[in-house]
Amino acid sequence: MVGAMSQVLLIEDDPAVREGLHLALTRQGHGVRAVETGEQGLAALDGVDVVVLDLMLPGMDGFEVCRRIRATGTLPIIMVTARGDDMDVVAGLEAGADDYVVKPVQPRVLEARIRAVLRRSAESTGATDVERHGELEIDRGALVVRRAGEPVALSPTELRLLLELSGAPGRVRSRQQLLEAVWDHGFLGDSRLVDACVQRLRSKIDSDPPRYIQTVRGFGYRFGPL
Amino acid sequence: MRSLRARLILAFALLGGLTAAAVAGTMYVRARNIVLEKAQSAAVAAFTEKVGRMTVLDPDELSDRDSAGMILRVGRPPDGSLGLDVPADLRTRVLGGVVAWQRVIDGGQPVLVIGMRVSDVEFYTSRDLGAEEDGIRQLALLAWLIGGCSLLPAAALALVAARAVLRPVRELRGAAGRLGDGDLGSRVEVRGADELAAVAETFNAMADKLAKQVADARRFVADVSHELRTPLAAMTAVADVLDEEAAALTEDAGRAARLVSRETHNLTRLVDDLVEISRFDAGSAVLTLDEVDVAAAVSATLRVRGWSGLETDLAPVTARVDPRRLDVIVANLVGNALRHGAPPVTLTLRDEPGRVIITVADRGPGLDPAVLPHVFDRFYKADTARTRSAGSGLGLAIARENALLHGGDLHAANRPGGGALFTLRLPS
Repeated sequence: MVGAMSQVLLIEDDPAVREGLHLALTRQGHGVRAVETGEQGLAALDGVDVVVLDLMLPGMDGFEVCRRIRATGTLPIIMVTARGDDMDVVAGLEAGADDYVVKPVQPRVLEARIRAVLRRSAESTGATDVERHGELEIDRGALVVRRAGEPVALSPTELRLLLELSGAPGRVRSRQQLLEAVWDHGFLGDSRLVDACVQRLRSKIDSDPPRYIQTVRGFGYRFGPL
Repeated sequence: MRSLRARLILAFALLGGLTAAAVAGTMYVRARNIVLEKAQSAAVAAFTEKVGRMTVLDPDELSDRDSAGMILRVGRPPDGSLGLDVPADLRTRVLGGVVAWQRVIDGGQPVLVIGMRVSDVEFYTSRDLGAEEDGIRQLALLAWLIGGCSLLPAAALALVAARAVLRPVRELRGAAGRLGDGDLGSRVEVRGADELAAVAETFNAMADKLAKQVADARRFVADVSHELRTPLAAMTAVADVLDEEAAALTEDAGRAARLVSRETHNLTRLVDDLVEISRFDAGSAVLTLDEVDVAAAVSATLRVRGWSGLETDLAPVTARVDPRRLDVIVANLVGNALRHGAPPVTLTLRDEPGRVIITVADRGPGLDPAVLPHVFDRFYKADTARTRSAGSGLGLAIARENALLHGGDLHAANRPGGGALFTLRLPS
């Protein structure tokens, strides 16, 4: 289960929104560290479990903050798209965000997203065996993935997606099924979350053209067959 | 005569006809005079020469037997040997001592009668002008024929000219019609530098200005909506706190807290819808198609919003649609039916070749025929005095925009048994 005091880093430039979300998240039982700029946010990552990141920031924008957090680690990121703009969503997901919410943020929606990403990081599958798929080694117990013996740094969402797909090699999973299984989005999620995450995952573990995660046009994705 | 084409053709035909008639008429008169005068002078010259030769004889010996004429002693009555009457004024002039002639009609034929007096003898002769008259008649016929034939090319020219004028006019009309129907990109091609080209240029300039004004107005709405979002984001974040604490407040403060919370959510929805419709106006709405189990998606739409008690008939259909947009459409249609119609609300899903069809019907009073064409208008209120409804006033407009974005359509009508019926068609 999610720890009662998960640490949320809130990066939001508008003081009223920052205060409002700070209040709402605190009441939901999170420890909240609220900062104004991307630079302050990058300096305050220690001990943080999840980042809630506004994309429209003065100075370093949210996309850049996203990329920098991704470059150094696998911390879950939930972005807040100020406009709900389709371009922003795609760019943010490409920059490495795990999920997004649209401004004005409903605290209940944000809470559900935070719980979902934290669950991805915390849950172990309970399995202990190590699977091998070609060059790829997936340790389901330790939640470690190696490629040609080298550990690959995957965000919790990327790891969950890989575990979900590789759990049934050769079986096609639709985007909606993956959204439900990995993102807890129910039926009406945004399938671009899946597409963007597959792209990031491929860039870390796959070759070109993809061997492990294959696109089945019109249906979804499939792990292998190798 | 209202058609410009007909008027142009008539004008060209009239012009052609009048010109042909004037040319042919002038030619006819001129040719006729020349031919007749030539025949007359020849006849007169021959007559005077002949009379000159005859007068060397004794008048008493003169005989008209070989002269095809009549010879009279002055004062005697005509003896009929000419075969026709000598007009009285011709005889008067002859008696006056001049060589005179006159055309008369004898038995329907034009005849020239020539007379002269030498001392006390009058000489008359006649010459049939039938051959000349025939020639002239043929000339006249030919003139009319040529004039008539020239009408055809005149009409053809008129058609060409009419087309040259009418094509730009027709294009202009089409462009203006499209502009009126809301196609702000409607323009006409400017050809040449004539008056019609000037009209086309003016039209394009007008359309540019109109498009700019509309774009400005829409951008303003979009900007305002975005500006409203930031304070709303702060209010939305804490609205739940008000709800949760309302019970612990005094009665008035609690009611006020709930009111602020509820209206914050309503305002948020209105601004969300404004931003959404602005995105359609700006053309920045993007379709994210996916292979979707439509029946499951529609069921999820109802489940997520806690709507139950609907009569559903959902065929198992899979289609390539944008699931989020499908959710928006169905939610708006069902929400509208639940708010304005009477239960039971019926939701059906079926597929036809190439498309899926979703209908939402209710058993309420249906839509007023006067309202029907405006159902999808923004902020359209069936009753101007009606108070603000629970919806933003944009729901059906957004639903329709989403249907159009899919390349489908959304149609409103009344059920034969009463109640409103909305039909959504999406390409599968």
